[in-house]
Amino acid sequence: MDFNNFLIMGQEIGLIAVFLILFTFDLIASGKARHWLYPLACLLFAAQTAFGFFPLPVGEAFGGLFVSSGLTVLMKNILNIATFIVFLQTYSWLHSKRIEHRRGEFFTITLVTLLGMYIMVSAGNFMMLYIGMETASLPLACLAAFNKYKEKSAEAGVKYILISAFSSGVLLFGLSFIYGSFGSLYFSDITFTGTDTLAILGFVFFFSGLGFKLSLVPFHLWVADVYEGAPTNVTAYLSVVSKGAAAFALMFALFKAFGTIEVVWESILWWLSLITITLGNLFALRQTDIKRFFAFSSISQAGYILLGIIAGNAQGMTATVYYVLIYVFSNLAVFGVISAVENASDGKTSIAAFNGLYKTNPILSCIMMLAVFSLGGIPPFAGFFSKFFIFMAAASEGQYLLVFIALLNTVISLYYYLLIVKAMFIKERESGAVERFSIDNYSKAGMIICTLGILIIGILSCIYQNIVGLSFGI
Amino acid sequence: MEYSLFIIVTPFLLFLLLGLVGTKFKPSVAGIIGTLGMALCAILAYTAAFQYFFQTGKTGEEWQTIIPFNWEWLRFTDNLHIDLGILLDPISVMMLVVITTVSLMVHLYSLGYMKGETGFQRYFALLSLFSFSMLGLVVATNIFQMYIFWELVGVSSYSLIGFYYTKPSAVSASKKAFIVTRFADLGFLIGILILSYYTKTFDFGLLTSDHASLATASMAGGTFMGLSVATWSMALIFMGGAGKSAMFPLHIWLPDAMEGPTPVSALIHAATMVVAGVYLVARLFPVYFFAAPDVLTMIAYIGAFTALFAAVIAITQTDIKRVLAFSTISQIAYMMAALGVSGYGGHDGLGYMASMFHLFTHAFFKALLFLGAGSVIHAVHSNEMDDMGGLHKYMKITSWTFLIACLSISGIPPFSGFFSKDEILAAAFHNQPVVFWTLWIVAGLTAFYMFRLYFRIFRNGERHYDEHHKPHESPLTMALPLMILAAFSVFTGFIPFSDFISTDSVSFHTHIDGLVASMSILVAVIGIGVAFLLYFKDSKKPAEIAQSMGIIYKAALHKFYLDEVWIWFSTTLVFRYICNPVRWFDSNVVDGSMNGLAWTTQKASAAIKGLQSGQVRFYAWVFIFGSLLIAAFALFL
Repeated sequence: MDFNNFLIMGQEIGLIAVFLILFTFDLIASGKARHWLYPLACLLFAAQTAFGFFPLPVGEAFGGLFVSSGLTVLMKNILNIATFIVFLQTYSWLHSKRIEHRRGEFFTITLVTLLGMYIMVSAGNFMMLYIGMETASLPLACLAAFNKYKEKSAEAGVKYILISAFSSGVLLFGLSFIYGSFGSLYFSDITFTGTDTLAILGFVFFFSGLGFKLSLVPFHLWVADVYEGAPTNVTAYLSVVSKGAAAFALMFALFKAFGTIEVVWESILWWLSLITITLGNLFALRQTDIKRFFAFSSISQAGYILLGIIAGNAQGMTATVYYVLIYVFSNLAVFGVISAVENASDGKTSIAAFNGLYKTNPILSCIMMLAVFSLGGIPPFAGFFSKFFIFMAAASEGQYLLVFIALLNTVISLYYYLLIVKAMFIKERESGAVERFSIDNYSKAGMIICTLGILIIGILSCIYQNIVGLSFGI
Repeated sequence: MEYSLFIIVTPFLLFLLLGLVGTKFKPSVAGIIGTLGMALCAILAYTAAFQYFFQTGKTGEEWQTIIPFNWEWLRFTDNLHIDLGILLDPISVMMLVVITTVSLMVHLYSLGYMKGETGFQRYFALLSLFSFSMLGLVVATNIFQMYIFWELVGVSSYSLIGFYYTKPSAVSASKKAFIVTRFADLGFLIGILILSYYTKTFDFGLLTSDHASLATASMAGGTFMGLSVATWSMALIFMGGAGKSAMFPLHIWLPDAMEGPTPVSALIHAATMVVAGVYLVARLFPVYFFAAPDVLTMIAYIGAFTALFAAVIAITQTDIKRVLAFSTISQIAYMMAALGVSGYGGHDGLGYMASMFHLFTHAFFKALLFLGAGSVIHAVHSNEMDDMGGLHKYMKITSWTFLIACLSISGIPPFSGFFSKDEILAAAFHNQPVVFWTLWIVAGLTAFYMFRLYFRIFRNGERHYDEHHKPHESPLTMALPLMILAAFSVFTGFIPFSDFISTDSVSFHTHIDGLVASMSILVAVIGIGVAFLLYFKDSKKPAEIAQSMGIIYKAALHKFYLDEVWIWFSTTLVFRYICNPVRWFDSNVVDGSMNGLAWTTQKASAAIKGLQSGQVRFYAWVFIFGSLLIAAFALFL
């Protein structure tokens, strides 16, 4: 047996090792030792994250089923960082009374989903991509239903698994068309000649299946319900890590397998990104629950990600990866604050709970403000640069109209992002609003990482340059 | 010389420290931190200057441009990238010395002057921000970096003018300064864009090297409205410089800017920021000279006119800071005029050298004048000349140092102003006689109004001072900077500037032109003599003369109604014919469409809220029909 293939899967093997250690520890540790589970998980995962920054062997494994390149390593690193921040933010939740004894489950399940996402990103074959996607989706339903004693959480889990099963069906249906047309599921074997109706149908169904993960309109309807019902930290994970992985996987599939029908998917993406951004924004305007609010905000952010993919060139790929990187920090800062407020106020997630937050918790309010400014794309925060580059990428392919509409949409999004700022800084506190509270040190560390990311990454051009060096076009 | 980075970074760190946690310190501690930080900066700048001028700067005959640090910040294309860096050449090193010295003096002085003010920490934080911006501006390696710091300078100046933000006049002065300079910067930005569009670079080195051949070649042939593209771009860039350096007719903000604390006026509105425009023209001098000589001629005439114009107004003002403000406008116009009449290469570049020389000497004696005026204001709690007089016996140090500065600005040898002014006059004499005669008259007027100021403050009849508040000499923190700056004002004139600074980086020799020198001394002495006759003793003669001058005096007193002209221009023309239609467009079309959008949103989301029904089977239905729709789209469109 050729073990070299496994060397290329270094990050996956590392992750499995972390998973196994935690799984075993969770089973055999008892009593006092269990207190060490949380720090151990953070530490091991920090090591796994750091591992990705060492030079790793890259190449193809198992005859092209699995592909690892500088860019996939970087993408996995981004997912790792995001997951790490999510872990840091879960301290209070995992130590609450009804969850405490299931702490280990949370980590093991999350790590499995992450493994699925690794595979999605590294897939060189549609079947591999599908396996990764399923590995990621099924456990995510468990995570969504983690607060099982709460009706909404249970509902979120059920909805997620139903829609996920449904989308898998559609995706597999599409894959069968593709296999029927080309006789292969390897990305490199897919070459369109002329308009092949069956294959194009196959592409559309495949795309719909991934569109579900990326929460593109019209495959987005589950998002609001699941985001609202799932535990806040899981929502954070869903909105950032799961979405980021789907974006990467979609980009690779479109660039590598469907590069020859770029004309077709470009016009589809054109409309979808427009509808996604706009509809996400329109719905966000009306929300009163902050988790639903950010659910729609994240839908519209997914539309912006499509803008980079549309470009179809190396610049677009760079912009997409960069966008996801910055989205990680901005959105996780938001969810960090939401989860802190939720934990401190006995589960309040209405926007009204944030009224006058600045008076009681100025630092948290400032972090939230930075984060929504970054999401809205206000310079000099990182979000401005990511939007800037993504617009540049789309404009480089002549998509001026789309860029213009997207720009109009950023104005709308600013309006509703500023509603949050207004609630925190200008509105008077209502009775029963959140009192002054302090957060645990793990969450603090998570917040600091996010804040630094928002403040610094935009200014450090070397990060963008680094991605430029790894990107490729069609 | 990598340590030069710290000259720029130190003030920025100080700004962050004092700005973010300044209020955690006691005011005096915050002030001392700021001052010590600035002292460190000054030491580094002096080290850099020494090393540059006496050790590493010169290779053979030529002064080298050293770039110890360059960071490519944003790279858009191979041509278009924005860098941040440090460029050391004779003029930037000179500016480092000027800025850090004056800034340090002002920091020290402010410890005494601003004592007990609310917002003491904020004041020092802003001073640091300003120093950072100004230092970043002068060491810019490319025009875009300069523009970034240019705006930062504008912002910090804005917040310092409006430091007393509870005073309405300070608020409106800060707004005026910001808006006027921003208006000018619009021209600057357009100029930068035109220039870089044609030359494909922002880099100063590429723009100015080899007799600016890049600009000349790339912009050749292009014309717009009868003027060449090069003329347009360089004139627009000059517009930015004219705004910051208060050239006619964009000078209106500077007198009002005196609402800021007096040390701020000394630092920003006398010695450093206002010469940024001169520095900009000097930095791009080869481009002006070779690609747009007509703009250079225009600069000479604008400079000469502004010098005369401001000097005439200065004669009539009674607020001592305003006299100094108009005198600053006049002196900066001198430097501009000197650049305008300058040639290129060797002794022909005398005007360029003289301009930088005057910038250097002026910075010290003008800062001294402002700080001295601050000391006087500190003593009598008024800006008006009528409340002063006979202060010499109460404030010996202030009086003597003020006298030195007055002699220096009037151009009396051996004080520094004489040498630099003489070079300017000599350069003008040989190139543009009209400019020369204008500047010559201005020299006389300068001597007159400066000594009018001096006599009315320190001599003249003594006012009736309140027994309990007899004027007194300022504390040592304020007196010490005065003495140090006085020493600078006496000695800097002896620096052989032409050894260091020239248009083509090669040293040349200058000598005092006997004819020009004697003419300038003559006119200065006449000016001082007239001032002595009129103002040394309290008399009615000045009022009678003012009376007899009638309308001219009145016009000058009201600054030739230029503020009114601008107000007419802005309210009648701009507001009525541009702003009103824009407002209509805004409130009807823009707001209308936004309201329409909001209305549509409401309706649309009410209509589609069924989509978010919570029914999973409905979600699945939308899912499948969505994919079918996309499939139809992909196949049939």
